[in-house]
Amino acid sequence: MTDTDLGERIIQLRDEPPSHIVLPAIHLKKEEVGELFHQKLHTEKGATDPKYLTEAARHHLRERFLQAGAALTGVNFAIAETGGVVVCTNEGNADMGVHLAPVQIHCMGLEKIIPRQADLGVFTRLLARSATGQPITIFTSHHHRPKPGGAMHIVIVDNGRSEHLGRPDFRNALKCIRCGACMNTCPIYRRSGGHSYDVAVPGPIGSILSPGIDLKKHSDLPFASTLCGSCSDVCPVKIDIHQQLYKWRQIAAGEGRLPIVKKWGMALAGHVLSRPRAYDFMGKLARRALKMLPRFMVYNALNDWGKSRELPVPPAESFKEWYRKNKMNKPE
Amino acid sequence: MSKKSILRAIRQNQPQGPPLPDLPSFASDAPEAPLAAFQAMVTAMGGQVANAADYPDLGALVSAYFPGETSVASTVPGFPGNIPLQNMASPAALETVGLAVIPAPWGVAENGAVWVTEKECLFRVLPFIAQHLMVVLAKDRILSNMHEAYQRVQVDETGFGVFIAGPSKTADIEQALVIGAQAARSFTVVLE
Repeated sequence: MTDTDLGERIIQLRDEPPSHIVLPAIHLKKEEVGELFHQKLHTEKGATDPKYLTEAARHHLRERFLQAGAALTGVNFAIAETGGVVVCTNEGNADMGVHLAPVQIHCMGLEKIIPRQADLGVFTRLLARSATGQPITIFTSHHHRPKPGGAMHIVIVDNGRSEHLGRPDFRNALKCIRCGACMNTCPIYRRSGGHSYDVAVPGPIGSILSPGIDLKKHSDLPFASTLCGSCSDVCPVKIDIHQQLYKWRQIAAGEGRLPIVKKWGMALAGHVLSRPRAYDFMGKLARRALKMLPRFMVYNALNDWGKSRELPVPPAESFKEWYRKNKMNKPE
Repeated sequence: MSKKSILRAIRQNQPQGPPLPDLPSFASDAPEAPLAAFQAMVTAMGGQVANAADYPDLGALVSAYFPGETSVASTVPGFPGNIPLQNMASPAALETVGLAVIPAPWGVAENGAVWVTEKECLFRVLPFIAQHLMVVLAKDRILSNMHEAYQRVQVDETGFGVFIAGPSKTADIEQALVIGAQAARSFTVVLE
């Protein structure tokens, strides 16, 4: 099986998962792609020009297209009214595949179905605008019947979706059209990259879909968020992503899925933060301790944060102390 | 999980949604001068516009835009090109097509896309496998936006139909835009 989207092909040749749903190889530098293509496609050593590398992939993939016995695509939208599927690409790889191979197979999640052809006017506009800022993808292909002498199959996948539909707090996530806007805006995704989520659909949307499939395995994902809400703001189909992240946290905690450090840490923090005197005392203690303690007492196995970073220099006083000294009872 | 049990689960879990809304017309969204908007969008999407009236015939236009192109496959009535499509045994045989010239029944002003079906292509793969793609579109067949397009086009009239909005492109390597990924390297719309 050959992946034919350029980004997908790159990561397939590297034997690694995608890091973004629209730009699967966004984590790679052109030098890395150049070296990969030099080894696998025999491009010139040291060549890194994206145009040159794309041209090499074009030739390589055309060979595969011409030999393929079957072509498998995803589906962006399926139309109930007409019984067809719509596949959107910018490269034209899906069309090269399905129109050359005798057998075409379209594989889709059951939530891709929209009622009417007229609704495509809304969705084709939303998808490209939110994914890459284009007014429409270069190719918007509508498949209804096989080519003369060919065969066409549509595979509708459930994989937990019908069960997810029964969760009132979370079913909205099934509206997702996979544009990737939530990833592009997410401060966590942008820093940590798609691979850190360890799921095929990363980012905010992945963090609310994955716990529904396997809460045990993905219980930490809803916590990898600042709940800033930027994902919900940009979502073109108005999924309440940050609220679902918050709700998944409640469920994960309720089922005892929190790691022990977080569980006890949260209990302790809750205790201190609800008692101003205790908070002031702990602050003072921490400021003094950080200044006086030898390095091994601060940077050790208990300090995850400090493993690859230096802690900030502790301030001389708290804001409260500073305010009392400088502002309180003083005219503006 | 059988089809039956999936359907049962959906029926059971399906929320009682609001009734299906009527789509607004989005007419206020329509460009004032559809032809000018269409031309501007084709260019913005990486394609080019040619004016049929500037040339004695389509053959002269093709020679002007693709001088020296020796393998032209055309499905435009009255312009046969030099690759006899009818004799092709399989879609793969079209690999050698340098330029495909295809009539397009509709254009869309808001994004510069044209609608093409298998009826116009003879082989579905033709507009994709050709190194360069040219479509011939009547000026009075330009619709304002995708909403209007889906009112005028019947998507299941043929087995395959596609909106094409420019040359094949990718930004998969360091987000650098490269024109000419897997399908046609250039896109020319001939307005007549």
